[in-house]
Order: sequence, then C-alpha cells, then structure tokens
Amino acid sequence: MPIDKSIVGKTGKPFTMPIEWSKVREFARAIRDPNPVYFNPELAKKECGGVPVPPTFLQVAAFWMGEDSMPAANFDLRRILHGEQEFEFLKPIFVGDVLTGTSRIADVYEKAGGRGGKMTFMVTETEYKNQKGEVVAYARGTLVETGQAVGG
Amino acid sequence: MAAKIKYNDVKAGDAIPTVTIDNVSRPDFVRYAGASGDFVPLHYDQTFVEAAGIPTVFAQGMWTAGCLSRCLTDFAGAGQVRRFKVRFARQVWPGDTLTCRGKVTGKSEKNGEKLIEGELEVVNQKGEAAVKGSFAVAAA
Repeated sequence: MPIDKSIVGKTGKPFTMPIEWSKVREFARAIRDPNPVYFNPELAKKECGGVPVPPTFLQVAAFWMGEDSMPAANFDLRRILHGEQEFEFLKPIFVGDVLTGTSRIADVYEKAGGRGGKMTFMVTETEYKNQKGEVVAYARGTLVETGQAVGG
Repeated sequence: MAAKIKYNDVKAGDAIPTVTIDNVSRPDFVRYAGASGDFVPLHYDQTFVEAAGIPTVFAQGMWTAGCLSRCLTDFAGAGQVRRFKVRFARQVWPGDTLTCRGKVTGKSEKNGEKLIEGELEVVNQKGEAAVKGSFAVAAA
C-alpha cells in the first residue's frame, strides 16, 4: 500500500476518559505493581493527594475511544508493531478526574527495514485535559507496519 | 505528593531500583488485555499467531513498559513521573525472566521543578534488550 501523507494533521473527535479506581487497581495488578497507593485510597490521599495512575495507564484510552476519535492509517493487523511510546505529564491525574483526549496524526513516513522489509511509521499525539480544562498529559505513540509478519 | 528523592542526593551514574519480573506467562498477557482493553490477538490467540507465521503469543509491548515504569514510581514516588519514553526492541515471550533497570544521566530544572533524568531498559534472561527507554522524574 503506498504511503498516504495526506492524513498528517488529521484530528479525531475528542473522547472522554473517566479515571476509575477499579480500572486503575486492575491495571496496577496486571503490570505486577504492588504499590499500596493504587489499592488503598486512604493511604493514597495522604501520600499523593488522591489515587494516582500508573505512568502507562493512559494507554488504556487507545482501546476505548471510538473509531472516529482515532484517525488511523489502514494498517494490516498481522504486520503491526508498536515501535515507541512516550508520556509527558504536566499536572497530576487522580482517580475521579474526567479527562478529555484529542488525538491527531503527527507524522507518517517510510523507512527501509531489516528482516521486515519496507516499514511504514505513523506517529499519533493525544492531548489530555482534565475537568478544569488544564492540559495534564501528552501521549505520543509510533505504530509500525512491517513488510512481513512480526514474530519469530 | 511528597517526592521520595532529594535532588541534591542524586547524581549522574546512580542506579535506580531494579524490578525483576519472573516467569513471564500467558496469564500476564490475558490479565493485561482485560485491564487495558488491548485485545490485539497476537498476545493471546495461538491459532491467530500461527496463521500469521509466529511461533507463539508474545507480550503486549505496553505490558512490558508498564513493568518498567515501576522502576520510576519505586524510585521517585507515584505521581512524580514527568516523562517516560520507551522503544520496543524485541518481543517478550512466555517463560522469559525480565530485569527492569535504569540509571540517572543528568539533572535539570524546568518550570520551577527539579528534575532527575535518565535511561532505562528491560533485558531478558539472555541479556537481550526488549525495551529501551528514558525518563524524567520530579525530586524535592
């Protein structure tokens, strides 16, 4: 499939991400993090001012936002790799916050790969604002479509 | 939250706490799929991966990144992470044992905050890097 540069700058429909305690503690357990601040709200309130979220928790949004919120390239699922991911935090995020995320395609480019052949890269940036309208975080992800299946 | 580390106590070259993930297993990927909503079938559907020419299911990259992020929250405190970046270098397979580690490379001040910066990696039992990363955390 030829590279389609016209999608750069395309912005998705803003989506809502409520920060819920049961998902936060389930996530902490899944990444094998026993830190009590995720499991004991009273302790978290005292130590952190609220139940914080693990640094990669915002990634959850990627799988819950509607299709119209994620401006995506037409990649082949069997050949997709998640190349890079970055989170930048500007303000605290706590359980009880309701975030609004807006994603845009920041870049699309091709590179010659090694064993995977030609690779297509897509960089998306999602800005998160809290219920007070403050920008709290940016998430930047790079997806790679390889020339052949990704395992082995 | 109160920062766990003091800016003046940390210097370039210092190691941050290591996290060991013993015996990576398929239930880890399934649990992470449920927690995150990442139901990309590469991580739990053996029929799907074999059809794609891959020997077995492998970890979600973000599961491994999540395990690595614990080095930062153990080091600086939950809520103290200001930047966390990862690059996925190789798959993590069932049976792997992972060592998540990092070190301080520098310090700076930004927007009135004292920041500790550094690099991170996750290596498997053969010493191969699965994830490389970098970070900035806030100190007191």
